[in-house]
Amino acid sequence: MQFSESWLRALCNPAMDSEALCHLLTMAGLEVEEVEPVAPPFTGVVVARILSFEKHPDADKLKVCRVDVGQGEPLQIVCGAPNVVAGMKAPCAIVGARLPGFAIKAARLRGVESAGMMCSADELGMSQDHDGLLVLPDDAPVGANLREYLALDDRKITIKLTPNRADCLSLVGVARELAALTGTAAQLVEPREVAVSHAQQREVRLESPEACPRYLGRVFTNVNARASTPDWMKARLERCGVRAISAVVDITNYVMLELGQPLHAFDDARLQGPIRVRLARAGDGITLLNGQQLSPVAGTLLISDDTGPLALAGIMGGEHSGVTDDTTRVFLESAFFAPDAIVGRARELGFSSDASHRFERGVDFELAARAMARASQLLVDICGAAAGPVVEAVSSAHLPQRAGVDFRPARARKVLGFDVSDAVMRASLERLGMRVEGEGAALRVTPPSYRFDIAIEEDLIEEVARVYGYDNIEPLPPKAPVTMLPSTETLRPVHRARRQLAGLDYQEIISYAFVEAAWERDFAGNENPVRLANPIASQMSVMRSTLLGGLVGALNTNLRRRANRVRLFEVGRCFAPDAAQAPVQAASQPVRVAGLAWGLAEPEQWGLASRKVDFFDVKRDVELLLGRSATFCAAKHPGLHPGRSAEIRRDGALVGYMGELHPALVQRYDLGSAPVAFELELDAVLAAGVPAFAELPRHPAVQRDLAIVVANRVTADELLRVLRAAGGSVVRGIELFDVYAGKGVAPEHKSIALRATLQHPDRTLEEAEIDNAMRALVSAAERELGGQLRA
Amino acid sequence: MDNLDQLLKDAQTAFAAAADVNALEQAKAVFLGKSGSLTELLKGLGKLDPEARKSAGAAINRTKSAVEQALEARREALRNAQLEAQLAAEALDVTLPGRGRGRGGLHPVVRTQERFETLFRSIGFEVADGPEIEEDWFNFTALNTPDNHPARSMHDTFYIEGAKDVLLRTHTSPVQIRTMQAHAARHRDAATMPELRIIAPGRVYRVDSDATHSPMFHQVEGLWVGEDISLAALKGVIIDFLQRFFETDALQVRFRPSFFPFTEPSAEIDFAFMSGPNKGRWLEIAGCGMVHPNVLRNGGIDPARYTGFAFGMGLDRLTMLRYGVNDLRLFFENDLRFLAQFQD
Repeated sequence: MQFSESWLRALCNPAMDSEALCHLLTMAGLEVEEVEPVAPPFTGVVVARILSFEKHPDADKLKVCRVDVGQGEPLQIVCGAPNVVAGMKAPCAIVGARLPGFAIKAARLRGVESAGMMCSADELGMSQDHDGLLVLPDDAPVGANLREYLALDDRKITIKLTPNRADCLSLVGVARELAALTGTAAQLVEPREVAVSHAQQREVRLESPEACPRYLGRVFTNVNARASTPDWMKARLERCGVRAISAVVDITNYVMLELGQPLHAFDDARLQGPIRVRLARAGDGITLLNGQQLSPVAGTLLISDDTGPLALAGIMGGEHSGVTDDTTRVFLESAFFAPDAIVGRARELGFSSDASHRFERGVDFELAARAMARASQLLVDICGAAAGPVVEAVSSAHLPQRAGVDFRPARARKVLGFDVSDAVMRASLERLGMRVEGEGAALRVTPPSYRFDIAIEEDLIEEVARVYGYDNIEPLPPKAPVTMLPSTETLRPVHRARRQLAGLDYQEIISYAFVEAAWERDFAGNENPVRLANPIASQMSVMRSTLLGGLVGALNTNLRRRANRVRLFEVGRCFAPDAAQAPVQAASQPVRVAGLAWGLAEPEQWGLASRKVDFFDVKRDVELLLGRSATFCAAKHPGLHPGRSAEIRRDGALVGYMGELHPALVQRYDLGSAPVAFELELDAVLAAGVPAFAELPRHPAVQRDLAIVVANRVTADELLRVLRAAGGSVVRGIELFDVYAGKGVAPEHKSIALRATLQHPDRTLEEAEIDNAMRALVSAAERELGGQLRA
Repeated sequence: MDNLDQLLKDAQTAFAAAADVNALEQAKAVFLGKSGSLTELLKGLGKLDPEARKSAGAAINRTKSAVEQALEARREALRNAQLEAQLAAEALDVTLPGRGRGRGGLHPVVRTQERFETLFRSIGFEVADGPEIEEDWFNFTALNTPDNHPARSMHDTFYIEGAKDVLLRTHTSPVQIRTMQAHAARHRDAATMPELRIIAPGRVYRVDSDATHSPMFHQVEGLWVGEDISLAALKGVIIDFLQRFFETDALQVRFRPSFFPFTEPSAEIDFAFMSGPNKGRWLEIAGCGMVHPNVLRNGGIDPARYTGFAFGMGLDRLTMLRYGVNDLRLFFENDLRFLAQFQD
């Protein structure tokens, strides 16, 4: 809401400067967003009258004017404005004046003396209008200081109101608040009733009294719709950001800004029969003032007459029944529409109006008569209108009720955490227009009709704190029983896993949880992702079920910026395809950890041969993340190379997958070479064991190497499993340390080199025992996998 | 005797002149070899009478041992010189870069989240989590924001297709309800419910995209419910946090009344640095207030007995202010040139 400071001060004028006033409003919850002076600082500019002028002898576009500035002798001033007319009044900067950016001195212009400067609005910094001199009204007093005459020492203040403070959507509302905060008296506009000069009236029927429990209408005759709006009203409207249109419309806007009551003026000549305030029916249609044609949906509150809908109640009038320059009879509406009947309607239609903005938040239901009186006064004064009797239709039972709210000063002190006396609290509430009844521990407080946000004790506690000043509340170090937080050893903190990945040379990224449908298809084979009903763009229309797409997207971003080595990870939520059906079950929104490595295995550096990162580099990282108990076995994944991907299990449960990106995707996403990626359930990454102590062996271990040749189809894992099973109690461990294929090994075969560690718990092993154990290993490999000891 | 002194001098000179081990061995032979001068002198002793032999022998032996000492000293010096030469030859250019793997880093917003969690854990706040696809009831209704409440228009909401009243959470506040419900159920039979202190960082979504808005961003929710929780305590915690987070006491913090459906009284928190590029500018940092009785009730907690405060802050905004980042979009573009600036 934007308003003029001087208008506010005309209603309530506390002894504080502009800055202090704005601070006070902000700190009371009426946040001042912007303060803009109506005109920049300037001095020495007065109202002047151009007595006569003649063309400059040596310049086509210049005029030499005789100007009366109220100082006795007229001044001679050279002026280039196109709109100079003898007799006109305009601002004149006299010698010694200071304008924005320059000072006025006596000068010679092309040989002619000039004792000042006639000014445009642009030159005074008041607008961008530099078409000519700022034309002042004929009755402007010559010689008067322009700043005083136009009240330019004013500021446009914009406050950002929270939805609960609709009572401050008017000058009177802000003034009332200011008066309560400062204790300054306020003049809150008490209009006199105009004389009723004719008996014409229009009946009003409330057909939906819960939506409209009060409606005042008044017929005005002899309206001069072409009357010009007074300058003072125009200036106030403009400083509130409202464009002046025509006298009748300006008056309704003025009263709305002043009192907060939206009004609507109908051309009475276009109305037939009684006014019906009713809900929309099938077949209703209306063209609004903004040109929009619509058939109001059921439940929309309408103002209608015998011919059909005239206006969307509390939102916008219809084109057909609006006031024009030719209007001579006006039917003025001043009504209370219930917030529930208006809320959301304008938004559904794609616009917002000053009226709907106010009604949906709550307009004072006792205000309609005062606003009618105020508008009547202005219509009579400005448009020469003759007022008929006010017709009021009211359904008292449907008006909002202002029930008393219990207020316990002791509880307020407890909730606020500071000591403020009962008397101060009571006075604060009373200053805000609340009726306070009772004494002592339990008071009963009734809010005024303009407050729609006081329903419970906490609302009153806030009011007390507001008036006291949030800033005056002394911060307290909170008190609480000292107990330790759990710190579970079997569940690592997620940040530790993140730091581990960062230590393994992966950079964390954060990508959008909504992705393009193609990513889901490509990287998860997901044809049926969770879709957004209202995405902001098609490439952000479905919820991801994998983090892989975002990683490849980020890889792409960085490749375009010529990165030569990219290693990324993300920790984030994924959304299973059934998440829309069982939306908020944790299982359908798992948090995952995924990573991707592309380019060189190590950063390019001296003394180290460069090579591309491969499956086993990344597998090592995954093993470090998951611990040794993870197992990998070949598996297919829609986004990965079918021969170079694995699913990852721990304790039998599937916890993720890893592999090289599928070559077709490498090409489709223009990646040059294949990244190796992994994706794991966060829970699995965070799960950890508690270390268990085992007695250290007292006898030395022996190590023996052997190499076994097996067919290529036999996996390392199979071989190790067979050997470990066959090893018996003395074989404590078998580790793979080399794989070889080529010369000396049969085609389609490989030689796997292993190191066995043998040890007896109680004694040193005999040479024969060692030989036996090794022979058992070899024969198990021969028997179960067709392996052979390599010669 | 003069001969012997001269001989020792000659030996010392000869040893010193030997530039390497071979030359030294040759020089040794001249004095101590089979026909070396000292050996010859010893051989000549037999010609002397016993008295003279005794004293001359002793003198020769003294000289011999002095020569041997000189020899050993020279050997040691040559060994040292050789080692020195070897060490010099082995010297490295220690300014060459270290070798091995590179390093990654955390996302700056996560870095802030971690600091946030550390600070709040230190006063007993646990980290809570909740779903991002959320039910309308948890996101709005339970938070005292019924259908058509004007406050709903403050959040432009993403909805899920084909599912009624299911949306992407617009704030982390639904975690309040879920946590309160779980807490209240866990302590249903307790005479006094233990205090509930949580923070809930996470991703939230609104239909909004420009230089200062991202359709996905990060919030952190804070909630403290107990028998004696006040607005003054809320102020204390927030001011403490801001000072610790920005690591300076030179901050001005102000609380001004505001409106949120789920708190009453409600406040907006602004703070201003007292030095640096943002000096003196009020920066909005959080919304907060005392938990609305309806919200406590929806969380299964008796508002007549317990009170609580709640606050919400933007993690992205905290990160921007902490590190001077000037464009929110940088956080979601995943440009390594930007992200690498936040490595430890």
